[in-house]
Amino acid sequence: MIASILGYGAYIPRYRIKAEEIAKVWGQDPDRVKLGLLVESKSVPGPDEDTATIAFEAAMQAIERAGIDKSLIGAVFVGSESHPYAVKPTGTILASALGLNPKHLRAASFEFACKAGTEAIQAVIGLINAGLIKYGLAIGADTAQGRPSDPLEYTAAAGGAAYVLGPKGDSKAIAEIERVESYVTDTPDFRRRQGAPYPEHGVRFTGEPAYFHHIINSVKLLLEKLGRDINEYDRFAFHSPNGKFVRNVARRLGIKDLSRVVSLDIVRKCGNFYSGSTLVGIARALDKANPGDKILAASFGSGAGSDAFSIVVKDRITEVKSIGKSVDRYLNRAKYIDYGTYARYRGILVMD
Amino acid sequence: MGIIEGTFPPRYRREVKYRNAFVGWRCKKCGRVFYTPRKRCECGSREIEEIELPREGRVVTRTVVRNPPKGYEKYAPYAIAIIELDVDGQKVRVLGQLADVDLDKIRTGMRVRATLRRIRAGRRGLIEYGVKRVPIEE
Amino acid sequence: MREVVIAGAGFAKIGERRNDRIGDIFAEAFRMLIDNTQIDPKEIEALVVGNMSAGEFVGQASLGAYLADYVGLSGIPAIRVEAACTSGGASVRTAYHLVASGAYDVVVAAGVEKMTDTPNNQTTSILAEAAHQEYETYFGASFVALNALMMRYYLDKYKPKREAFAKRSVYMHQNAVDNPRAQFRRPVKLEQVLNSTIVADPLTIFECAPIGDGSAAVLLTTPEKAKELGLEYVKIAGAALATDRLALHERDELDTLKATLRARERAYKQAKIEPKDVDLIEIHDAFSIMAVLALEDLGFAKKGEGRKLIDEGVISRDGSLPANLGGGLKARGHPVGSTTVYGVGEAYLNLLQKAPRKSPGGEVAVVQGIGGTGSTVSVFVLRR
Repeated sequence: MIASILGYGAYIPRYRIKAEEIAKVWGQDPDRVKLGLLVESKSVPGPDEDTATIAFEAAMQAIERAGIDKSLIGAVFVGSESHPYAVKPTGTILASALGLNPKHLRAASFEFACKAGTEAIQAVIGLINAGLIKYGLAIGADTAQGRPSDPLEYTAAAGGAAYVLGPKGDSKAIAEIERVESYVTDTPDFRRRQGAPYPEHGVRFTGEPAYFHHIINSVKLLLEKLGRDINEYDRFAFHSPNGKFVRNVARRLGIKDLSRVVSLDIVRKCGNFYSGSTLVGIARALDKANPGDKILAASFGSGAGSDAFSIVVKDRITEVKSIGKSVDRYLNRAKYIDYGTYARYRGILVMD
Repeated sequence: MGIIEGTFPPRYRREVKYRNAFVGWRCKKCGRVFYTPRKRCECGSREIEEIELPREGRVVTRTVVRNPPKGYEKYAPYAIAIIELDVDGQKVRVLGQLADVDLDKIRTGMRVRATLRRIRAGRRGLIEYGVKRVPIEE
Repeated sequence: MREVVIAGAGFAKIGERRNDRIGDIFAEAFRMLIDNTQIDPKEIEALVVGNMSAGEFVGQASLGAYLADYVGLSGIPAIRVEAACTSGGASVRTAYHLVASGAYDVVVAAGVEKMTDTPNNQTTSILAEAAHQEYETYFGASFVALNALMMRYYLDKYKPKREAFAKRSVYMHQNAVDNPRAQFRRPVKLEQVLNSTIVADPLTIFECAPIGDGSAAVLLTTPEKAKELGLEYVKIAGAALATDRLALHERDELDTLKATLRARERAYKQAKIEPKDVDLIEIHDAFSIMAVLALEDLGFAKKGEGRKLIDEGVISRDGSLPANLGGGLKARGHPVGSTTVYGVGEAYLNLLQKAPRKSPGGEVAVVQGIGGTGSTVSVFVLRR
């Protein structure tokens, strides 16, 4: 074991836009899109929501479930591709909103495309094990921008999750992180230059040499180190650029029972939360977990890299599940909007 | 032009604790709780402490703003309400904007809770956050 | 304290006065005051100007000095006073004390506001400065929205007919037809009011005062001096101003303006009157809900029953308690800082039968002004 999870929380905005709505605008065939992506709709943040507000809701629930004195939180690291500021960490806004103690607090913003959140987790684990902090908040959240008419427009969504982490064996642990393995290369599958509003990507290039290569490698490393077979795990959470990729990577990793892959429902209904994707997946796995269950999670960040986690659930999970909202409650609350409202909420319409 | 053009950093820093977290005041002498600052309570005491207010409350009255002040256009129409909290038995009222609610479904008496949302942001300058209220049922 | 009287009044026409500076508008009211009283302006010893936001609207501070200068009175003591939308009330009250104390014998209490040099959304933001900046305006509560909150509360609690509120606008427009200084002089129908655009639920645009430029001035002096100058006058029998907590959510009750109760008690006591002694009124009806609350808080109706006075026509010009004979804030207009001065001036005209249209007359008039959502209220009792 390397660290405990004491609390977790997720948040997904209530607005949704269906694939049909987007397809209509660009004259595409919605059925082909849905079949190709295994995505039906995606979440859309309201005009007053952003990565900080999503992170706030997730963090509040995580702290409540952890039941700790929040003045002992020594780090609030947020991983995102859509931090509100290019320079001024999202964690500082959370510090004032959550009323965190300024003394001994760290609050950097993390970036590694969609795996910024899992990098944040590792950094917090490092600080805990160095004895520099008692507890830390690691968050992954995004309000992704999809370039209008780009295929990614169907999946670039908004959501996030937060984790209160503590030293291994903590009495308030609801789960323990057994181990984490990472695999990183210089692979330019998807990127955004400073100041550019939308990212560039190599369409099919984001599949084989990027997503699949890195996840398969990080998971292999993890399983080798732990000496386990993948099907010993009860649930799986994968970074979800779309449902097809998740299903395929699960198959290629040899997972026999696809119903254990909790990410599939999330991405089908709500799309890709980018830095929030894997973390919301882990939250859903925890929602459904019983004490003793094992969870395998693997993130993927373009650029590129993957972090794979092995998590063991403890008894206290039963007690905290009823505090806060399950991911399924967010999945099921949906207010559908049309493309015009979507354009307005996403700030695509130039008003000044 | 004061608050209208977006807050200048010194003011932002001074107010951010009160805007982003849900902080109010209580007179140590008479116990009255209020949600605007004052240096001297009506009872005469200067001993006033900051307290964290409960996040949940009930809508007492509400309206929908259709002609927003400058800077709020991108959020209009939006709902404003006066919400009543219970602070250790004392009924305290606060004002706030509602979010995540269909405008035609707002009812007096509905229960809401505090969350963090953007209040105002231009293309440049500081992004200003604050407490807004979302329905509890969701 | 000496007795103080109002011995003259002047008004500018209210509207979007694009060709006129703030000084020009004041000068128009001042000119009419001089023409009507035929006094030598040198008799004026001090000038008090009520104005809410010249700094924001037109960027001009030093308003007292600027306006005194503009009408050739540079040198006399001149100051600006502010109490949001009853800056005019603060002006009259300050001038009242200047004369009552014996400090001066002849003082002009004026009010002026120029609101049309800024686009509408900016004007809305400036008017919202009357509310609490960090705890009301910051959350996006426009001034109209705060009044709408009170109206919704009242509707939920007393469940009155909507028409009662709307009828007020009908009477006001009716009254304004004969007022050459009014901003809107055409009658309106009840259906128009009820079906007009909703500005902030449930307030419709026809229930809200318009934006406009305007100025009014009244002459305050002693009875002796008025006689010496050959002027008819009405006595200021009572003058009071009171405040309440600034933020609407901090008030004790959302359906009562405690500041009105406080000011009224003091003014009526000073004038030795009761509500039943009052013959005509000028109330601050910026929004229909304010009109209803004013009628109740000034003692003319029980709490929750103010709308009956409107519904049953009691406050129409043919009723037993005619209100706002010049058209009130809705039709005559509401150039915020000057409004209460218009009210005092029109009450003076109507008591002395000097108004353009023959007024029902009477002995006692009550004038009320409201600042913000009721954080400041001024009440005057005038007696012929």
